[in-house]
Amino acid sequence: MSDLMPPDVERLLLDATTSRSRVLKNRLASIWMLGALLVAVVPLALVIGYVLFKGIGQISVAWFTEDLPTITRKAGGGMGPAIVGTLLITLVAALMAIPLGILGAIYLHEYGGKGRTARLIRFMADVMTGVPSIVMGLFVYTVWTLTFGLNGFGGSLALGCLMLPIIIRTTEEMLRLVPDELRQASYALGNRKWRTIMTVVLPAAFGGITSGVMIAIARAAGETAPLVFTIGAARNLNLNIFDGPMTALSVQIFGNAQTPFEAAQARAWGAALTLVAIVFAMTILARVVSSRVARRHAA
Amino acid sequence: MSPELAAPTEEVVAQTTIPEPVAPNVVFDVRDLDVYYGEFRAVRDVNLEVHQHEITAFIGPSGCGKSTVLRCFDRMNDLIESARVDGKILYHGVDLYDPRIDPVEVRKRIGMVFQKPNPFPKSIYDNIAFGPRLSGNKGNLDDVVEHALRRAALWDEVKDRLKKSAMGLSGGQQQRLCIARAIAVEPEVILMDEPCSALDPIATARIEDLMQELKSDYTILIVTHNMQQAARVSDRTAFFTTEVNSESDTRTGVLVEFDSTDKIFSAPSDERTENYVTGRFG
Amino acid sequence: MTLLTHDSGVAPGNGGDASSLLEPTSGRRGDSIFKIVALAAGLVVLAILALIAFSTTREAWPAFQQEGFGFITSSTWVPADGKFGALAFIYGTVLSSLIALVLAVPVSLGIALYANEAAPRRLRKPVVYVMDLLAAIPSVVYGLWGIIVLAPAIQPVYKAISGAVGDIPILGWFFNGESGRSYMTAGIILAIMITPIITSLSREVIATVPSAQREAAYGMGATRWEMIRAAVLPWSRGGIVGAVMLGLGRAMGETIAVALVIGSQAKITTHLFEAGDSMAAVIVNQFGEASGTHRAALIGLGVVLFGVTIIVNVSARGIVSRFDRRSQGA
Repeated sequence: MSDLMPPDVERLLLDATTSRSRVLKNRLASIWMLGALLVAVVPLALVIGYVLFKGIGQISVAWFTEDLPTITRKAGGGMGPAIVGTLLITLVAALMAIPLGILGAIYLHEYGGKGRTARLIRFMADVMTGVPSIVMGLFVYTVWTLTFGLNGFGGSLALGCLMLPIIIRTTEEMLRLVPDELRQASYALGNRKWRTIMTVVLPAAFGGITSGVMIAIARAAGETAPLVFTIGAARNLNLNIFDGPMTALSVQIFGNAQTPFEAAQARAWGAALTLVAIVFAMTILARVVSSRVARRHAA
Repeated sequence: MSPELAAPTEEVVAQTTIPEPVAPNVVFDVRDLDVYYGEFRAVRDVNLEVHQHEITAFIGPSGCGKSTVLRCFDRMNDLIESARVDGKILYHGVDLYDPRIDPVEVRKRIGMVFQKPNPFPKSIYDNIAFGPRLSGNKGNLDDVVEHALRRAALWDEVKDRLKKSAMGLSGGQQQRLCIARAIAVEPEVILMDEPCSALDPIATARIEDLMQELKSDYTILIVTHNMQQAARVSDRTAFFTTEVNSESDTRTGVLVEFDSTDKIFSAPSDERTENYVTGRFG
Repeated sequence: MTLLTHDSGVAPGNGGDASSLLEPTSGRRGDSIFKIVALAAGLVVLAILALIAFSTTREAWPAFQQEGFGFITSSTWVPADGKFGALAFIYGTVLSSLIALVLAVPVSLGIALYANEAAPRRLRKPVVYVMDLLAAIPSVVYGLWGIIVLAPAIQPVYKAISGAVGDIPILGWFFNGESGRSYMTAGIILAIMITPIITSLSREVIATVPSAQREAAYGMGATRWEMIRAAVLPWSRGGIVGAVMLGLGRAMGETIAVALVIGSQAKITTHLFEAGDSMAAVIVNQFGEASGTHRAALIGLGVVLFGVTIIVNVSARGIVSRFDRRSQGA
């Protein structure tokens, strides 16, 4: 029996005669809980609904292939450069953050354990997940953009910084789930520690790591603030991530949302639909991968 | 005991760099072995010999350090930070704990099978091929895999599904897979740490038969809490028990008696051994 | 019964020559190199955090130097006159975040309890999925919806409420104003955004309540709500507080959605339906055209934001671990 049970509840439990008010309170509580769920579902439905409804009209082949229109207030043009920008910048960020994140997690779980350095790194990684994305953007602005100018790579650096702590923490959790007996079996066959990690531990944790990585990528793809300070604005397709400004879907939505022009706002909805589709696809894929891994472990 | 070495002086022992001479069929010569975890002495004063192509069993009540001693033979105790060893384990005359020795090399010659079967979540084929691939053997491993599976009495049951996951096998099959996996690296010795305790009696019987077949090619050390198993299967038996240290209120394992299995079970020299094998305690 | 054909295809090792064990091997270095590389990767985290603190402060220094403590105590922000007092923005950040908490916490807690205690088994997964989807929507999409759909739609509501209670003391202090883009709207959007994180963290904590506690309450004839009050809530209190604080941290750092719907007026007021501003929103709105000390001041706002969110985050984790009943062996 919990010794923290509120005295009035304790009294109620022992006193059966006031049952009507107890039943009433229970019912109110149930209404509250279910109501809370509905309250959360409503905005989700509204947002997704509007995005779908208002954005679908924009989607066409031209949407994916054409450059942004030169005159903002007019319709026409497409989001090609922004789509490419989002994918390219996020991809480069992932290429930097994934190896670093996985190696860092390997250090934390396979070598560091409970030591002071490991605990410090773990703590700081948690702190880093809470750093607002705008601060990451300002940070990269000060160390990269001021020196090397507006380009896609600055955006990748900022997004990579956002992804890194997430990948480290989720990968560490997955490594923890790999049973120690597998490592022992590998050592007993005359395998070194680093090769054990690469040939036994990582493959065993692969599904979970992939799922965590995809969630980190999905989050990064949707970010706006870090890109605003670092990638500039471009209307045409720029595939060179190191040279010259680029654009991205999130930045386009932000810019177009602030204009009073119908056509621009319509483009914003289209871009929102595209972005949400990309992000949802990755999130759902991540869930599918992780539930398949869970099923395999249960078997 | 080695006939040549009559009480070597300390100086001579310290200067010895060549393997110390032992009788040719003695694989391990354990001398005054103590195992510590930090300051705590877990096992003390172990002296025994392991002979080639024999099955040597460690028996005794739980907590007496049998597994601890077993894991010294392939330096698996190294994986525990605080573990420390005093005394010597001579493997064909070479002290396994010589600082020059790389434990990884030791484990290629002295393999281990664990209490709970632990196949890798890979295909049956890849499990067996894992060890040989470590040595850089990138060629066709089909023959190696087949021979290891035949030797472990598993080939007929899995030959049609080598590429399927090892996790789909039954417990007994998984354990034989682990034995095949250990065999595939061509060790001289196989250590078995309670290999049947997680298995049903039929699977256990199959593995006991397998051990008898394997000893013609390998030397086997087995830890078992089932003394009937030791009596059935082993050639020599070492009986361990625990002693209580009154001041620190801890228990230290100690080797009581080591002899041929027949002698241990029919006419043991020590009363503690007799009490254990006749079931009076433990 | 022989189980094997005597097939000596696999030759047992020739152990007679053990002296080769004493020869040095080349593989040992691989382990040390790998460990160092992995450690270096981990240290990158520390390096980045240190670098963030250092380089943003350095760039912001001119503004800090000029304003001194006035940077956070003065509410006069007039870049044209070179005045940078951020108090109004700090106030805006805090106010909008508090509104978000007031709205989000009852909802999040309700959902977390529903998912763990009241939902039929088949509904539990879908509830988690819904939360995941809510969390996955990028903040700029929430902002777009907020500025184009919510703000215009809710403005008449504000007008009506303000008309009804605007003159009544206490109520009138808060429920006053007519701007669709306002503190309140920002608070609403923030609440929608932080609900998933508070919900999922609370759910995790609630799931650790040992069934023995629940059974004890039921065994005494408790209704479900009484059981929750008796067993679940006391046990999860610390974790829930931690989850709420993490939500707070997230709300304070949120930029884009807030920038679009808060109205961008530097004004300290308790009227929730009036336009305001927040630190993050100001940074992103003014950065493009700022230069010199103005830009330094905006970066300075970023430094303040960095410091504040770190403090909130660290405190949250401290509270969670202090109250983690599992680790106390309770």
